[in-house]
Amino acid sequence: MDTAPADGLITSAWLLIALPLAGAAVLLLGGRRTDRWGHLLGTGTVVAAFVLGLLCTLQLDGRRLDVDLFTFVATGSLDVQAGLLFDPLSAVFVLLITGVGALIHVYSIGYMAHDPRRRRFFAYLNLFVAAMLLLVLGDNFVALYVGWEGVGLASYLLIAFWHERPSAATAAKKAFIMNRVGDVGLALAIFLMFAQLGTVSYDGVFGAVGTLAGGTVTAIGLLLLLGACGKSGQFPLQAWLPDAMEGPTPVSALIHAATMVTAGVYLIARCAPVYDATPTARAAVLAVGAITLMIGAIAGCAQDDIKKVLAYSTVSQIGYMFLAVGLGPVGYVAGLAHLLTHGFFKAGLFLGAGSVMHAMDDDVDMRRFGGLASRMKVTFVTFGLGYLALIGFPFLSGFYTKDAIIEAAFDRGDGWGYLLGGIAILAAGLTAFYMTRLMLMTFFGRPRWEPGVHPHESPSVMTAPMVLLAVGSVLAGFLLVVAFPLEEWLTPVFGEPEAAEHVVAPLVVSILVTVVMALGVLTAWLFVGRREVPVTAPVRVSPVTRAARRALYADAVNESLFMRPGQWLTRALVFVDNRGVDGAVNGLAATLGGSSSRLGRTQTGFVRSYALSMLGGAVVVAGALLAVTAG
Amino acid sequence: MTDFPWLLTMIAVPAVGAAVVAALPRGREETAKQAALGVSLLVLLLAVLATVAFDAGGERFQLTTSVPWIPDFGVDFALGVDGIALVMLLLIGVLVPVVVLASWRDEPTGHRSMKTFFAWLLLLESLMVGVFAATDVFLFYVFFEAMLVPMYFLIGSFGGPRRQYAAVKFFLYSLVGGLVMLAAVIGLYVVSAGELGEGTFAFDALRGMEIDPGMQKLLFLGFFVAFAIKAPLVPFHTWLPDSGAEAPIGGSVLLVGVLDKVGTFGFLRYCLPLFPDASRDLAPYVLALAVAGVLYAALLAMGQSDMKRLVSYTSIAHFGFIALGIFAFTTEAATGAVLYMVNHGIATGLLFLVVGMLIARGGSRQVGDYGGVAAQAPLLAGVFLVAGLASLALPGTNSFVSEFLVLIGSFPTRPVFTVLATVGIVLAALYVLLLYQRTMHGPPRGVLLEPSPETSAPATGGGGGATAATATLEAPPPAPARLRVRDLSRRELAVAAPMVALVIALGVYPQPLIDLIEPAVAATMSDVGADPAGVSPEAPVEGTD
Repeated sequence: MDTAPADGLITSAWLLIALPLAGAAVLLLGGRRTDRWGHLLGTGTVVAAFVLGLLCTLQLDGRRLDVDLFTFVATGSLDVQAGLLFDPLSAVFVLLITGVGALIHVYSIGYMAHDPRRRRFFAYLNLFVAAMLLLVLGDNFVALYVGWEGVGLASYLLIAFWHERPSAATAAKKAFIMNRVGDVGLALAIFLMFAQLGTVSYDGVFGAVGTLAGGTVTAIGLLLLLGACGKSGQFPLQAWLPDAMEGPTPVSALIHAATMVTAGVYLIARCAPVYDATPTARAAVLAVGAITLMIGAIAGCAQDDIKKVLAYSTVSQIGYMFLAVGLGPVGYVAGLAHLLTHGFFKAGLFLGAGSVMHAMDDDVDMRRFGGLASRMKVTFVTFGLGYLALIGFPFLSGFYTKDAIIEAAFDRGDGWGYLLGGIAILAAGLTAFYMTRLMLMTFFGRPRWEPGVHPHESPSVMTAPMVLLAVGSVLAGFLLVVAFPLEEWLTPVFGEPEAAEHVVAPLVVSILVTVVMALGVLTAWLFVGRREVPVTAPVRVSPVTRAARRALYADAVNESLFMRPGQWLTRALVFVDNRGVDGAVNGLAATLGGSSSRLGRTQTGFVRSYALSMLGGAVVVAGALLAVTAG
Repeated sequence: MTDFPWLLTMIAVPAVGAAVVAALPRGREETAKQAALGVSLLVLLLAVLATVAFDAGGERFQLTTSVPWIPDFGVDFALGVDGIALVMLLLIGVLVPVVVLASWRDEPTGHRSMKTFFAWLLLLESLMVGVFAATDVFLFYVFFEAMLVPMYFLIGSFGGPRRQYAAVKFFLYSLVGGLVMLAAVIGLYVVSAGELGEGTFAFDALRGMEIDPGMQKLLFLGFFVAFAIKAPLVPFHTWLPDSGAEAPIGGSVLLVGVLDKVGTFGFLRYCLPLFPDASRDLAPYVLALAVAGVLYAALLAMGQSDMKRLVSYTSIAHFGFIALGIFAFTTEAATGAVLYMVNHGIATGLLFLVVGMLIARGGSRQVGDYGGVAAQAPLLAGVFLVAGLASLALPGTNSFVSEFLVLIGSFPTRPVFTVLATVGIVLAALYVLLLYQRTMHGPPRGVLLEPSPETSAPATGGGGGATAATATLEAPPPAPARLRVRDLSRRELAVAAPMVALVIALGVYPQPLIDLIEPAVAATMSDVGADPAGVSPEAPVEGTD
């Protein structure tokens, strides 16, 4: 379906980006003068963007509208327009980003109340929202890339927000670098599209995918996947995401759970025409999804840091989304639906975790929590609802959207379908285990608090967003799958849904998933709930636990494969450059004009007169030669 | 307005300014600074007005002035600019006042006077304008060589502890390059005498000549070596880290920002149009040097402990990108390369300036002597970050546009080289963020540390180890370490603000500059036989380079 020029309110869709961007600019340039009201402005711009986004969405009516802004770069045959595409897919993301974003801004007013740099925090959050909106609204790959690296910058700034902590500074750098590895893939994909098709706009590329050789389409698909893996913390670039928890918790909720890290899923769904044409690249997406969802689930089982558990859970859940979009047309909607429900419940879980940390003097070690249910009732209930939604408790959000992914996997009908479906069900059991473990260690059992810690409920500016997200966690699945199907809303993007032939009856899948989930919960209760939780982590544990604690040695692999050889190479090259290249040239100079050590000690006067006479000398030489020639 | 001798004025004004400043009586340092600032701002105004007078869609060379100079050998004092030269003049116009302002509080070393410093600076500006504005090859050569003199004195008289070594090294490298080029310039004259009946140095006349392929290669190499030393390509680069590190900050900015661009400008203005066959034949070798430089210099930058050397190495990597864009022979890539020349001057200039501001506070160039500055000096850290992000070509900054154009334009003709260069964007992120983290993030540390009143620091640069050590002592934990560091002063803000504004403005809306640059680039591309209209889609992609 072709795009049409925007009309009505949608012509001002650029305001969606401009509002939070202006907020960031005012807060950054305004300096201390804006300290008193900066957080209000920051929140206001995102709320305004949400309202505008909602109004635009109501006017959309299933169309794909293009907003042309200005010529960004045009030279030779390259023509990059700064333009926005407002279609059902981007509308869904606009609402998620600005909706969840607005709630998290409100929450941050309370969470960051005592931070002397709160104004800057809101500036960076606004910058993030602007970049993320550009990412999903751009109508071409360059605009996407600008937003893509823009959110990377915001993520860097926010992970390193407490930059006095070396761990935060290092985590921020790690996130940026690993993202850039992915960005190389995205950049090369864009170069390849331009070289082959002469365009980088969505319409131009997607319209001409059919004319490309199969190998080229596959290459584009794989390169885009590399970019998606970097941004979404997927294997083999997953190691940065858990470290990113060094950032303030609202950041973890908004950027590293609900929105930015799902950009990879958006990219693949947006590029559906490319992936539809290349089964090989689709298979790679499936493999990445399946591997990552297991890695995340296994690592999540062995973490003691409440945010790390949620972070590995995010890695794992995005793995589900990759699995879904890797299935092709049957999976796009399922993956996006899970992305949206995950946005609600994971953001809610992180805000709840932040509320718990607030109560526990910023401690994150669950071994020192326990028995918080009675002290923090609102946090407990909202977190509990998010927990149930995540593990797929019947009729809550995760139940609908995760089941849809598993069904779609089985619907492949081949052995791979069963394998992928089996992995997804197994990981659902692990999810239930690690989340139940988290609940038990945090809210139940005997308090294991550090001396001097007096847990208390958070202020309502924090709990109100938690309540709203909890409501979303409960209802979103039903709304998106049953009441107002996302599938119908997205039909203009992905085409009419095919009537699926179910290999395994959906009811059977649901029962199976629910049983496995219950087993996970039960196991957690047997191993964690019935026993006293040791305040220090046991040292003598099985190799499996040890591997899970270290997230299957991802950091160790990266360090020994890239970091240390890189450092060694750098040191060797510095030596070579100082001794070898420079030495060789100095040696040459020495043979021509005396020893190289004398070069350094050459008398000033000598060189100065040399310098001044040089110009004259050169002219004389030239003149003499010319005289000979002319003569 | 087009009849006004813009270029001649732009050369004369700073030259006269230099003479006036030099002639001021001793002790009139303040007057010298103010005069230098005034003159350089006047040149900026002239550059802007010249740009207004320039018609992007018109003739290639405009604002021309020509007077016979050495009629016997056909040498004219011929000036004129195309879009490429014009944007370089704008860059000079912007950078010199910024540099003057940045050097305002510099203390001269030894018995030198800052009056002399500003005089050399203005003379350098005059010669830099000349080198880009010359349309006579011999005149270009004269400016090319003469430029060395003020820069030599800026480094040798006003630089760091090893300034003598650096200045001599700079001088000898440039001299060798210059002499090789002189031979080629004379050779070109001889060839023109044979081809055209009468020897000439006029660029437009030389451009159309059919030169014998063997001769082309020789002459190409003569020019190429000079330019490859100037905009250092690996392995001709080792003078730059020394000069960049030892020069006073203002000198470093103009050295990598403008002076070195004469090399890449020379590739585009002289090597490609005058020796198209040789350029095509030798392009793979040049590209190999360029891409090797992108990766090699980036790795070296990571390994530097001296901040100014580090920035110098990043520039060598950036020159690799520029050379890639020029020798890929597509309009997109070469336009990107020219834009890169401007953007690099702004971005790396800003990085040098902010590094200089940090060094002015701590008195050390070593990365390891700083830490945790961001907490105490957020403005300084913010400007540092903007400069760093521009250096790693983050979208939204000016450098992104040029780097992206170079890469996307080079990919269709040179996929393998482009893929290798693209890996450089990860290395760029590494060297920038490592530098930023070490100096700006983390706990307060290093030479800016306020000595703790009760317990004196165990050793210089104790850092993390010291905290661990004191924890085991019986003494009460020392008061948290604090940095004694001023944030940016008003003058420093006035230096940084226009540069930051340009970084962002040209990152968001670069098209006006592209419109200026493209016609001249397209003409150059047709000289080397490439389609000036740019890459045609589904062009057969060469499998190997």
